[in-house]
Formats: sequence, structure tokens, C-alpha cells
Amino acid sequence: MSAATETQAGPSSRVADSLDVDRIRRDFPILHRSVREDRKLVYLDNAATTQKPQHVIDRIVRYYTDENSNVHRGVHYLSEVATAAYENARTTVKRFIGARDEKEIVFTRGTTEGINLVAQTWGRRNVGAGDEVLITAIEHHSNIVPWQMLCDEKGAHLRVAPVNDSGEVLIDEFQKLLTSRTKLVAFGHASNALGTINPIRKMIALAHAAGAVVLVDGAQGVPHLHVDVRELDCDFYAFSSHKIYGPTGTGVLYGKEAILDAMPPWQGGGDMILSVSFEKTTYNALPYKFEAGTPNIAGVIGMASAIDYMNAIGIERIAAHEQDLLHYATKRLLELDGLRIIGTAAEKACVISFVLEGVHPHDIGTILDDQGIAIRTGHHCAQPLMMRFNVPATGRASFAMYNTRDEADALVAGLEKVIEVFR
Amino acid sequence: MSDLRELYQQVILDHNKNPRNFHELAHPTRTVDGYNPLCGDHYTIFVEMEGETIKDIGFTGNGCAISKASASVMSSTLKGKTTQEAHQLFDVFHKLVTGEPGSLSTAELGRLAAFSGVSEFPARVKCASLPWHTLNSAIEGDKEVVSTE
Repeated sequence: MSAATETQAGPSSRVADSLDVDRIRRDFPILHRSVREDRKLVYLDNAATTQKPQHVIDRIVRYYTDENSNVHRGVHYLSEVATAAYENARTTVKRFIGARDEKEIVFTRGTTEGINLVAQTWGRRNVGAGDEVLITAIEHHSNIVPWQMLCDEKGAHLRVAPVNDSGEVLIDEFQKLLTSRTKLVAFGHASNALGTINPIRKMIALAHAAGAVVLVDGAQGVPHLHVDVRELDCDFYAFSSHKIYGPTGTGVLYGKEAILDAMPPWQGGGDMILSVSFEKTTYNALPYKFEAGTPNIAGVIGMASAIDYMNAIGIERIAAHEQDLLHYATKRLLELDGLRIIGTAAEKACVISFVLEGVHPHDIGTILDDQGIAIRTGHHCAQPLMMRFNVPATGRASFAMYNTRDEADALVAGLEKVIEVFR
Repeated sequence: MSDLRELYQQVILDHNKNPRNFHELAHPTRTVDGYNPLCGDHYTIFVEMEGETIKDIGFTGNGCAISKASASVMSSTLKGKTTQEAHQLFDVFHKLVTGEPGSLSTAELGRLAAFSGVSEFPARVKCASLPWHTLNSAIEGDKEVVSTE
């Protein structure tokens, strides 16, 4: 029950039983289509993106049908309606992650943009020659490359905390790498490639004790774990809408107000200004200072409806159901000869990365796809991690609230066919 | 499953398990790396030329069954061929895996015919063609690294 200890999500088998998966599945129209002519879809690529419930699809349709207008611009009726819906979404997000104020919620294109925003604004102002940025060995490329770019530009150094053979960050090593030169520490809440849930509260406290600012890549956190940014005390927390059943192209960067306030703006344009003359521009207040240009209004409103949907079910129930699937699927997969799970942390989200002896993951993916089973194969945008585990690629099955034990069984049966083809 | 059997024909499974010419060459004229960044496939192809003739081919690296078998079949097919013949076969192979009508019969295609099923799997065309693109660069001598993207 890993999620529980880190986040107080408090899943129990009693709660798990109360999740009505059949009812949830009825809310997701795409789960009922067939693929490859007549195969029942078994969608196990949720760490890449989740499917969308009708509730969210309808909300986006309603926005474009009844409310479409630009925000923060017009005095006309529709602009008021659109602005209210857009700003209500900010309040929904604020409550969802326990932020203090709407000013701390910046809408972005997604997690990647949130991290780049911090690297290009806070980073460029506060990281100098000889300084250090600390990440971990299990980061997604989007939490590696922006820091590399920053370090290259500034003559700073990127440090990487190692992981053990289970894929858990070595906290002692992490602590040793924190020095007076460490300006920023960035790590994932959970690993997209292995599922490892990091002990982020502890890591944040250690980083703060060393005087560093902390960014949490929450792309794989918010889908599975209760998040309270004030309780975690992180300085930044970035996540994406499309991994929590909302539309693509939308995300959130949370930042503590005082830190965001002291940061220079990022992109220049409309909405991020108070006044412009050719001599001087005055920037807008938070959070608009970081929202140049017309935002993805429908995306933001859709994201808020996805959060409403998750809230109605309850993250505790979702987490308990996913943990049940994780344990069941892990047990079933290990029954297969020659299958090895990469990433065996004690605390895991419902992500299972695996290799099959003698069969390349790409071939596994094609043969499973032929049976209607969608998994991800490849390096999962985490090439350094693949090198750490000495595998060129893995297969990855990642589960969401609408997945079932029957689908885990279908995955195992599909892999038996893979073994049969390659026998 | 029938399409799958077409894709994973016995020749492909055999060449994947026991790849031919799967080694470096002692005296390569050209060495070129081929990458598929999407799936992480990576091969190094070694060619020893004698004038216009491909005297020897070897390869190392790893990737999926389709790419490895393709490199293996390619190496045994092209050994002893002239660069002009190699270009013609490259064209034939490309048409075969992308599903374009070609001029050769199954008998004339020989072992290459094992890749006829690839055209039904658009996501796998790059796997099959990566070794050929890499070899093409080796005999053209214009690049040291080839990427599918």
C-alpha cells in the first residue's frame, strides 16, 4: 500500500471493493470500441495518456457550442462566461492540489512546459557558474534536458542521484549530493518508466535543509496519489491534464507565491502585461505574468471537469483499485517463463516495465497490438535509465482506474502468444 | 494472427535467433551506425569493398526481430554484389516493405520475400528498412550516422 504511506491516501481493500469499475467503464466511450477489426480494446498505456470520460468530452463540446470566446478581453457576455469558466478551473485546480491561492496556479501546455518555464525564468536568474542542479537517475527526459540546457548556458553542473537495482533513489547518496552549491533539486513524484514512487516529502525536506529550491515533476503523481502541495512544502509542482483523464495540450505549474512573484516573466505577449509602451512594459500580476497569449481555454475547462470527475470517485478509491491491479498483474506476469520486471520498488504506482527473454519489446508490442492490447514499448523517454538497467528498451503496461483484473489476465494471455511465436 | 504469421515468418524468426554475418569486419572500407531513436534500435554495419563489389558485410548491435533479421538477410544477399546491384535490390526491398507493386516475383525475391508481411504493419516498416538505409550510406560513403527520423 505504497501510495498510502506517502500521501495519506489511505487505501484499504474495503475501499477498493467500493470502486464500481463497470460503471466507470461505461463513462469512457473509447473503451467500448474494437481495434484491429474485431479485437476488444485492452488499453494499458495510461502512463502515456489516459482516456477521457464522456463528462469531459461533453464539457469541451459545451464550451465550444455555448461559451466560446476569448478570456480576460471583452466586456461582452460570452467573454464573461468564458472568463468565469476559465478562472473557476483555476480554483478547482487550487483545491485539487491544496495550493494556498489561485495566484499560485499557472496554466501551461503540460508538465514539460512547466519545467521549462522554471528552468528559463527562476533558473536563469538564480543558477550561475559553478552552481549545481540535482536530479535523479529515474527522470523523464523532460526533467533532464531543460536542466542540461540551463547548466550549459550558465556553466553550472548537473548532478544525478543514483538508484538501486529496484529503481529506488538512494537517499543517502541523494543527501550527499546536496551541497551549498545546489541551487535547485528536481525529481519526479513517480517514475513513468518504472512506477517507483519517490519519498518526496523526505527529499523535499533534505533539499530545503541544504538551501535548495525544489521542483516536483508530478506528471505521474497526480493520476495516482493525493497531492497536497502545502503539506509537501515543494516550491514547484508541475503536471499534465491528459494524464488525469483531461484533454491534451493543457497542464499546471504550481509555484509558491513569493517565488513566482520574484521570477521574471517567460514569454512576452498579450495577457501577461498591464501596460505597454515602446519605452516600458509593466507586467501583469500573478498568475497572468506567466500566461502570455490566448491560452488553451477549452483545455483548461476540460481539465477542471476531469478533476471534478476524479474527485467524485475519490483519489483514495482510485489508488486502492490501482494498487490491487498492480499486485495482481505483477503476480500473474511473474508466472511467465523468462519475464523479468524492471523496477521493483517497494512503493510503486501501477506501472509495470518488463523484458521477455529472447524477444525485443518492439516485437512484443506488435504481437500484443494484434490482440487489441495497447502497451508502450521503447525507452519511455528515459534513455539514461534504460542504460542504468542495461536494457535497450522495455515493454510497459500502465493501468488506470478503469482497468480490470480481466485485462491483466488478457495481457498475460497475450504474452503467452508472444512466447509461442518466438519459441 | 494470420497477418502476424506473415510478419513473423520462419525465415525472420530464424535469422533473428541466428543472425548471419553478425560480427565486426577486420578491415572494413566503411563503418556506419544506424539508429531508430523511437524504439532504440541501433546497428553498426561494416562493409569491405573491392572496387565496385561488396566483398564482405558484417553487422553488430541490437533491435527487434524484424530489424535484426533484415540486417542478417541483407548481409547474406548482398555479399559479392556490385553497388549497382545493391541499389537495385534496395529499391526492390523498399517497394516490398512499403507495399508498392514491384517487378520481381516471389521466386526472384528469394529470402527477401520473407519481409512481404511488413507492409501490413506500417509501424514496422522503419525496422525493416533501417539496415538497408544504413548500408546504402556505407556504400555511398556520404554519412557516418543514419537515423530513421
